[in-house]
Amino acid sequence: MSDEMIRIENVSYEYDSYGDNKALIAVDNVSMTVNKGEYLVILGHNGSGKSTLAKLINGLLIPTRGDVFVNGINTKDADRIWEIREIAGMVFQNPDNQLVATIVEEDVAFGPENLGVPPEEIRRRVDKALEIVEMTEYKKHAPHLLSGGQKQRVAIAGILAMKPECIILDEPTAMLDPIGRKEIMKTLRRLNDEEKKTIIHITHHMDEAVEADRIIVMEKGKIVMEGSPREIFSQVEKIKKLGLDVPQVTELAYELNKEGFNVPCNILTIEELVDAL
Amino acid sequence: MIRNITIGQFFPTNSVIHRLDPRIKIIITFMFIVSLFFITSFYPYLLILIFLILTIKLSKVPFIYVLKGLKPLLLIIIITFLINIFMTKGEVILSIGPLNIAREGIRQAVFMALRLIFLVMGTSLLTLTTSPISLTDGIEKLLSPLKKIGVPAHEIAMMMTIALRFIPTLLEETDKIMKAQMARGADFESGNIINRAKNLVPLLVPLFINAFRRADELAVAMEARCYRGGENRTRMRELKLGRNDIIAISFSIIFFVFIASTRYINIRGLI
Repeated sequence: MSDEMIRIENVSYEYDSYGDNKALIAVDNVSMTVNKGEYLVILGHNGSGKSTLAKLINGLLIPTRGDVFVNGINTKDADRIWEIREIAGMVFQNPDNQLVATIVEEDVAFGPENLGVPPEEIRRRVDKALEIVEMTEYKKHAPHLLSGGQKQRVAIAGILAMKPECIILDEPTAMLDPIGRKEIMKTLRRLNDEEKKTIIHITHHMDEAVEADRIIVMEKGKIVMEGSPREIFSQVEKIKKLGLDVPQVTELAYELNKEGFNVPCNILTIEELVDAL
Repeated sequence: MIRNITIGQFFPTNSVIHRLDPRIKIIITFMFIVSLFFITSFYPYLLILIFLILTIKLSKVPFIYVLKGLKPLLLIIIITFLINIFMTKGEVILSIGPLNIAREGIRQAVFMALRLIFLVMGTSLLTLTTSPISLTDGIEKLLSPLKKIGVPAHEIAMMMTIALRFIPTLLEETDKIMKAQMARGADFESGNIINRAKNLVPLLVPLFINAFRRADELAVAMEARCYRGGENRTRMRELKLGRNDIIAISFSIIFFVFIASTRYINIRGLI
C-alpha cells in the first residue's frame, strides 16, 4: 500500500454522445497501478484514450465506472479533490495555454498561491523549482518571449512548486522542436532520478519511451501491452500492427536479425547496437 | 517585430517613484485628478506643473515619454480649445467672419486645455512608473474592501492579468493567420472600408475559435493547479507600505487639499 502511488480499478470513461453517434468509450475497463518513484510511459496514438486516462488520475474527469485512487484517496471524493491535485500535478501539451501570469516567477508562484502557502515559503519553492528546471536566469522574463521548451519547463516548475509526489505529463513535447524535446526529457530524467518524483509521461514518441522504467501501450481505450522498454520494443511486429513505431535503432537491429545477422532484437540505444555488431 | 511588443507604456527604471507601493500611486493619481477639477485660477496650475516636473525628474523617465502620452489625445485637446475659444461669450476682441473671440474665451480655452494636458500627464506618469502586474495587484488590494458589497475584486484582477498575458500571444497568432491567409491570396490592404471589413472575416473567425480553445485549456490547467477563486489564496509578493510610501501619501494629501482649497480661498491674498 505504502509504495503504491496510483491505483486504477476497472475504470471506464464514456464521453457524452454527440448527435447520432453512440457514446464514445475513451477508456474501457482499465486496471493498473503506478508505484512511487516509478517512471511510467503511456504510449498510444491519437484517440487511444491515453489523455483521458491522465485526466482521470488528476481528478479533472471522474470515471463513469470503476475507481481511481491517488495515494489512497478516491478521485470521486469531492472534498479531497484539491488534495489529489496537489499530490498529482499535471502538465499539458500546449505550453502557451497553461501559463497564467505575465512574468515567469509569478506564474510558478500561481500554484502555491492557490494552496494558501505563506509568502516566504512560496518564494523559496519558486526559486527551488526554477533551479531544478534550470530557468532561474529567466525568472523575470515574460513567458511569450521564451522558446517552447523553456515555456514547458516553466510549466513544469509551476507544478513542482506545489510539491507534488507525482507528475503527469500529457504529451509535453508534442508542440516542441527537437531541442525543446531534449530539454524536457533531460528535465524529466532529473525529476525522477534526483527529486524522486513519480513520473507518468504520456507520449507517442518512441524515443522518449526508451528512458522509462515501464511502458504501457494503449489502444482503443484498453491496455494492450505492458512491460519494460526492452520487453515492449523487442516485439517489433506487434508494435507495428498497432500502428506505432519502434525506435529507429531497434528497428534496424530487428531488420538485421531478420536478414540472418546475429544481432539481438531487444536493442534500445545506438551504443548497444554498436557493441552487438 | 510583433514579439517585442510592450504592454502599456511601463518605462522601467529603479527610481524612488517606481518603488512606491502601487496602491499609494493609484490613490495619489486619483487625488491629483480630483484636485485638478477644483482649480479655478491659473496660480494652482503653476504648483501642479512644478509637482509634475519634480515627479518626472524623480522618476528618471525621460520628459519626452510623458509628453508622448499626449499624442493620442491631441485632437481632443485641440477641439476642446477651439470650442471654448469660440463659444464663450464676453467682451469681443477679435471677429473672424461669423466667429467671435472673447477675452473670456481665450482664458477659458487655455484653462481647459491645460487641465486636459495635466490630466493626461499625471495619469501616464502612473502607467509609466508602475508595471502592469503591480498595477493589477494595487487595484485588487484597493478594491478588496468592496468585496463585502459584491465587487469581485480578485476576479477583476485575475481577468486583467490573463488579458495582459494573452495579448502578445493573440497578436502573434493574428500575425500567423494573416500570413497564412495572405499566402492563399487573401487581401487585407486594398478596397474600400466595407470590402476591407469583409476581408477580415477569414482572419477573425479562426482567431476567435482559437481564443475559445485557449480559454478552455487554460481553465482546465488552472483547475489542475488548484485554482478555486480568491478565497484562502496567498500571494508571493505582498504589498507592504514603506517609509517612502508614508512620506509620499502625507505630502500628497497636504498638497492636493491645498490645491483644492484654492477654489474657496483667495490665494493671491495669501501670497
